[in-house]
Amino acid sequence: MAATGTMAGPSRETIPAPRKLVVALHVNGVETKLKVAPWTTLLDALRDHLGLTGTKKGCDHGQCGACTVLADGRRINSCMTLAVMRDGANITTIEGLASKGALHPLQQAFIDQDAFQCGYCTPGQICSAAGLITEAKAKSADEIRELMSGNLCRCGAYPNIVAAIEQAMEQL
Amino acid sequence: MINFEYTRATDVAGAVRDITADPSAKFIAGGTNLIDLMKEDVERPGRLVDISRLPLNTVEETAEGGIRIGALVPNSDLAYHPLIEQRYPILSSAILAGASAQLRNMASTGGNLLQRTRCYYFYDTATPCNKREPGSGCSAKEGLNRMHAILGTSEACIATHPSDMCVALAALEAKVRATGPAGERGIAFADFHRLPGDTPQLDTNLQRDEIITAIELPPKGFAKHYTYLKIRDRLSYAFALISVAAALEMDGEVIKEARLALGGVAHKPWRSTAAEDALRGQTANKASFAGAADIVLNGANGFSHNAFKIDLARRTMIRALTQAAQGTPQSQANKKIR
Repeated sequence: MAATGTMAGPSRETIPAPRKLVVALHVNGVETKLKVAPWTTLLDALRDHLGLTGTKKGCDHGQCGACTVLADGRRINSCMTLAVMRDGANITTIEGLASKGALHPLQQAFIDQDAFQCGYCTPGQICSAAGLITEAKAKSADEIRELMSGNLCRCGAYPNIVAAIEQAMEQL
Repeated sequence: MINFEYTRATDVAGAVRDITADPSAKFIAGGTNLIDLMKEDVERPGRLVDISRLPLNTVEETAEGGIRIGALVPNSDLAYHPLIEQRYPILSSAILAGASAQLRNMASTGGNLLQRTRCYYFYDTATPCNKREPGSGCSAKEGLNRMHAILGTSEACIATHPSDMCVALAALEAKVRATGPAGERGIAFADFHRLPGDTPQLDTNLQRDEIITAIELPPKGFAKHYTYLKIRDRLSYAFALISVAAALEMDGEVIKEARLALGGVAHKPWRSTAAEDALRGQTANKASFAGAADIVLNGANGFSHNAFKIDLARRTMIRALTQAAQGTPQSQANKKIR
């Protein structure tokens, strides 16, 4: 439903269509240049401009974590940042975790521990867990649960997700 | 999301010039709240001035023995900074009680102060809301108000401020540094956020052409006797029903100095200096803690779905002060309340 006279600001009609901006992103080790409108989120740039649909759009409001990627090594919600703001950044998505044909230890652990059912949240879970392991703040199952709370799994695979992360932590 | 123009600021003076030149412009730093509100059509800026690359991202000791936190330090970096963990652990704890790891990696220190209420009706543009559309009415007073305020409310608005970090900053007596066209100024934390009164559209006393550059912490960190205790509807990643920042300086069993601030209860972080005055010089026990809680809650008023918060706040304060006095702060990982 449209807003009627919300906060201060010009109406939709008076804003001229802004020019598209050129953004350089290093995605999974490949440098790419995109022309995007300022309001294109990083998530939409990855999915719709680069065809990297592994990163999922769940809630699109930073509440579910399905869109989690690594930006310069840190896990973020790609739906809550603009592509233009990430100009020059190194972005790692689920497509960039495997190397030389071998699954990333987290990917293998999610298979070994049966850590998903429908799989929609899994790319975000795995990218988030990769960030968690880099941060090195989680030492116990309690801490894994707390520091993974930004990733929801509506199938309820949580116990197996924790087990998968514990498995990968032993290897990494 | 509406269409908008994008400008990237390279220094503070330029950012102030950019925001002054375009009355429809807003600053963006972490974006975790603003982009969400833009997707909901609640915020409709004609231009975003990106300040995320300004050189305001350091944590430094001040000559006075305190700490100066750059406005763009991400919440996670601040929570895990060694100086904060060692000297102001209540601030680390409060930050880690809020949001998710991803959001804390994105959200800035200054932006945390400026995040807006999560009142459902503020977000829902199909309903009246005096904060979003002054004069349209308050849907929360007679609506779903479980998460709403019990202190400092007005006829116009019963929204709460959602931040955890700010509750600790209120208890620590932080100071906000801001720069605008007229120059630089300091704002005491207690004067930064506003009560709704009849102008609920104004969350803070920061002017729209001012930019937060830093938060300053005074030397007193209460590193030995503190807790941040947050009660919510799920164990993690939820806004507070009630949160309490309690910090004490003890001389044996006697309270030498006390700080007490609450989140989830008002339009601003609710610090009670009257309760702190009452605690000073008292023996730390349930009776003195209950007395302080009664002072905080004097004048509290519940609505149809949140009247339970008055008693919950009382019990949370008593438990938090007990944790602080014992030197056993609440863990933000293991949620058992001891």
